[in-house]
Amino acid sequence: MFHDYAKVLIFALAGAGLVVLGMFLGGLLRPKRDRDAPGLEPYECGEEPIGSAWFRFDIRYYTVALVYIVFAVEIAFLFPWARVLKTAFADPSIGGVAFLEGVLFLAILALGLAYVWRKGDLDWVKELSKNRPDGSPDLTETTEDQD
Amino acid sequence: MYELLLSTAIALAVVLAFITVAAMFFVYAERKVAGWIQHRVGPNRTGGFAGWAQSIADSIKLLLKEDLILRGADRRLFQLAPAVVMASAFALFVVLPFGPGLIVADVDLGVFLILAIASVTTIGVIMAGWGSYNKWSVYGAMREAAQVASYEIPLGLSLMPPILYFGTFSLKAATEAQTGSFGMGWYLFSDAFWIAIPSFLLFFVAALAENKRAPFDLPEAESELVAGFHTEYSGIRFSFFFLEEYAAMFVFSAVGAALWLGGWNFPGIHLLEPGSTLLLVLATASFVLKAFFLVFIMMWVRWTVPRLRIDQVMTLGYKYLTPLSMAMALIAAGWEYVKHLGAQA
Repeated sequence: MFHDYAKVLIFALAGAGLVVLGMFLGGLLRPKRDRDAPGLEPYECGEEPIGSAWFRFDIRYYTVALVYIVFAVEIAFLFPWARVLKTAFADPSIGGVAFLEGVLFLAILALGLAYVWRKGDLDWVKELSKNRPDGSPDLTETTEDQD
Repeated sequence: MYELLLSTAIALAVVLAFITVAAMFFVYAERKVAGWIQHRVGPNRTGGFAGWAQSIADSIKLLLKEDLILRGADRRLFQLAPAVVMASAFALFVVLPFGPGLIVADVDLGVFLILAIASVTTIGVIMAGWGSYNKWSVYGAMREAAQVASYEIPLGLSLMPPILYFGTFSLKAATEAQTGSFGMGWYLFSDAFWIAIPSFLLFFVAALAENKRAPFDLPEAESELVAGFHTEYSGIRFSFFFLEEYAAMFVFSAVGAALWLGGWNFPGIHLLEPGSTLLLVLATASFVLKAFFLVFIMMWVRWTVPRLRIDQVMTLGYKYLTPLSMAMALIAAGWEYVKHLGAQA
């Protein structure tokens, strides 16, 4: 069994090695670049780039990552359950309890999904309506009393 | 020990040859399929007959192109990214059962290992996007992170029904369980076919998103992000991302074929003598053809369905596929319990 996992590692290393080999072969064949030659600016469709490319991106990506971590960890726990369920049924001391536990686990998972759904974290485009579920202030109102 | 190393080296050489030849074929096939669907010819000059040498010419050209690393780029991330991506693409092939006895290593984690290694690709893509020092690339990387993260949940859950049915993670064991009496005991035709069909569709859609294939190709959306995370990659370094994409497409199609479509089994396999060369050849051909067929459907989808918007991608992933795949996992577990109760009575 140890050897099997060693093979996974060997294959991964070989994949990385292929990149090194490809770069080496390409290095023999391709033209050498003059270090001061132009063309090392980021491509922005012909415009000169303004500011750093490492800009601050939307917080929504962070929320998605958080939601993912919760679910991914729980699914990782669900996999062994799915694997042994049949053998658990056959064991009279466990039997239907194995099924019930899976139902319970998935129910908690569904509850978590329902929570983030209700909280609006699954909506990519946030609605600025008056009745936000978390009771936060309505942002559309302030712009209206200008005229 | 010596024999083990030798067998690993042979397996490695075979997989290396398979990945490069298959990827070249897929690149050519993709363009031909696109041409066919859009009523054009596609590549038809290079090499004479039907432009068969197009991919070979392309690879030679990519090798000859100069290698660009932007001023200001994170050189280490930029150079390491293709290696990370390729390492994961290669490691995915270890657990694929190509034919009876034709498997690099029947690791007991099987599909779970594939899920785990496939997510490493995402890290490579994020490294590439962030290290490029280009705004388009950073956008592509962030989209990749958000998209793959959302679709990994339905992908994992849609694998539950077959795992529950076979009671194993090993793709080899799952394939062997699908031989049936005529080589047609496929999961798709089993007593649980009404669970298998929707879960297969869920798996397929989630796999499309996981491999950033159209209509989920937001990380590299040409019309919005130039080329997304690989905008600043040139020459041979760029080609590794493509090699990985096609390798991953094959792997996910192969997982679909092994778990739902009977793997290497084909009607009439029971007539052949076990262990014979003919059986080995036909079984391997059957497995590879099934996987190629699914890859063809992925190409078909690409040229048929328009790209989704990022909010649509999120809605589909979290609000439709996730609850549906959770329900399918629950139903599949319930069906196993019902069958168990029925067998007891």
